Amino acid sequence: SSGINAEWPLRPGRITNLCQTRSFIPTAEHIALKENLVKLIEKEINPHCEKWESEKRFPAHEVFKILGSAGYLGISKPVEYGGMGLDISYEAVAAEAWAMVDSAGVGMGVGIQCDIATPAIVNYGSEMLKEMFLPPTIAGDWVACLGVSEVGGGSDVAMLKTTARLDGDEWVINGGKMWTTNGAQADWMCMLANSSVGPVHKNKSLFCLPMNTPGVSVHRVIDKLGMHSSDTAEITFEDVRIPKDYLIGEEGKGFNYQMQQFQNERIYIAAGVIAALDRVIEATIDYTSQRQAFGQSILDNQYVHYKLAEYQTELEMVRALYHKCIDDYVAGEDITAIATMLKLKSARLARQITDGCLQFWGGMGFTEEVIVSRAYRDLRIMSIGGGADEVMLKIICQFMGTAPGMGIR
Amino acid sequence: SSGINAEWPLRPGYKLYFEGMAGLRVLVGCKRVIDYAVKIRVRPDQLGVVTEGVKHSMNPFDENAIEEAVRMKLKKIVKEIVVVSCGPAQSQETIRTALAMGADRGIHVEVPKGTEADLQPLAVAKIFAQLVEKEKPDLVILGKQAIDDDSNVTTQLLAGLLDWPQGTMASVVEHSEGALKITREIDGGLEDISVKLPAVISADLRLNEPRYATLPNIMKAKKKKIEKIAADSMGIDLAPRLKVLKVVDPPVRQSGDKLPDVHTLIEKLKEKGHIK
Repeated sequence: SSGINAEWPLRPGRITNLCQTRSFIPTAEHIALKENLVKLIEKEINPHCEKWESEKRFPAHEVFKILGSAGYLGISKPVEYGGMGLDISYEAVAAEAWAMVDSAGVGMGVGIQCDIATPAIVNYGSEMLKEMFLPPTIAGDWVACLGVSEVGGGSDVAMLKTTARLDGDEWVINGGKMWTTNGAQADWMCMLANSSVGPVHKNKSLFCLPMNTPGVSVHRVIDKLGMHSSDTAEITFEDVRIPKDYLIGEEGKGFNYQMQQFQNERIYIAAGVIAALDRVIEATIDYTSQRQAFGQSILDNQYVHYKLAEYQTELEMVRALYHKCIDDYVAGEDITAIATMLKLKSARLARQITDGCLQFWGGMGFTEEVIVSRAYRDLRIMSIGGGADEVMLKIICQFMGTAPGMGIR
Repeated sequence: SSGINAEWPLRPGYKLYFEGMAGLRVLVGCKRVIDYAVKIRVRPDQLGVVTEGVKHSMNPFDENAIEEAVRMKLKKIVKEIVVVSCGPAQSQETIRTALAMGADRGIHVEVPKGTEADLQPLAVAKIFAQLVEKEKPDLVILGKQAIDDDSNVTTQLLAGLLDWPQGTMASVVEHSEGALKITREIDGGLEDISVKLPAVISADLRLNEPRYATLPNIMKAKKKKIEKIAADSMGIDLAPRLKVLKVVDPPVRQSGDKLPDVHTLIEKLKEKGHIK
């Protein structure tokens, strides 16, 4: 059932027949989670989105406190630290709900808090670290960020330059981080650094780094094309000292820990993108059905409603793969191949659909007053962050056995 | 301290509250209706609107009703909230929403799928009257009207059947010593009344702002009990009293004219014969 097709013995390891039987059926609790999170977003967050977009910052502490109090920051986190202990299907449904926020940067900040900065500490952190960092993060009292990408290496994680040197009872950290979502507001960072000498995949460690430690500074907040309400920071570390036991898990395993949480991240990105595209298509249908030109509505032009039908068809296919990913993951399968394909395709479809739909909005599509232009800008990051398209393709080629050096030629 | 008051022998089981913390039992009704945001389409047979595959939610006024009961429970005026819904199997979802908001248990009075439009206010009021006899609540709160049929009559019928006082279209409800002070939203403005418990009241939109359920409460709701009763086993005449002859779209709205001043407005009104 893993799908290795025996008919192609010449291509050992080639994975085929990836779409099989199961399909994700949400329970009443999944539906209730989504509906209530959307209500929370509509009540507490959306009224402020325009302001936060223009100020290029959402107040992370305030927003996360509201979310934490309602239990939405610890959906899959262990109960003993304040989480709900639910499986990733609930996190995925929450990611779908976040597409209803009017400023996607807020959703992105929440995603970092819940799904990217914290899994490693949950899975590998010592009891002391878990007790110290998880409860306030899950409660929304502390804002978390991830420090992995650097000026010198984003996709090429192995080439990062930040060092952590053991000096007695302390790690001394030097270097810096780039593209740090929540970086300007964070209380702590889950940080990847070179901790020893050795092969680049085996010499890195993850650390819990309180952002108020002397030597940590926010060098600048980056002005981006989209996701305006999310603060993306460049951070520098100058002789930053943290206690020895702020190391997460084992020294040298940091790279592995970081790679492991990517399967989940890809599902959540796809969940949010698919739901956002549903919204964009729906808004486009709504607008074009009302907008008149040359004696009929824009929607009545066959080119327009046929094109939207094509978009919806492709979106449904991606949604089917998304459901399969959730279901297979919950069943304990390794979904690396299909989750990678899912992330690649949903991000690319987002570029295609937002661009195509924007065209149908005409002049209004080019203004800041409508949902489609913001989606066009905000979703563009999806082909870059969370694993660039090119990295996804490389992984898929490895599964197909076509990557250079795999002995096919 | 169980509160059974010897002075009212005609009302066995009637619970007292002047001791302060004994707590009332509240019965709240909720209905599963087409979500308010959905763009309604008339069915081709013009006998109703399309419901198949359309998003349904709890009637908005019922959310206000549940919310009011939950707030009274948080203030320790209410001890137990029983939520009731009459409808097809999917009405269970509506009950679960109420449980997630803070109701304690549910009663689902089930009718066969597809027959819910035939279940009209008089039948619903009779169902509730029977449940009131069984559950003995001190207070019944309903939403003032359902957004599908807009009847605004079930509360009144129920009060009549029970011979209980009613406080309809409530936008403020205050409890003190066995009575409720209610502000009603009526056509002429606001009316303040006082009703003695037990009573039936209906919630208006401005009564409160319904809460979103927290995730812990959503998961707790899974364990709360929902009792299921078949509507046709209750010995009640459920037959509809009103027959829908035709449902049509409202006429397409004509565009208007923007006028520069009141003078021109009066001219135009005279021109069109609306004033002399």
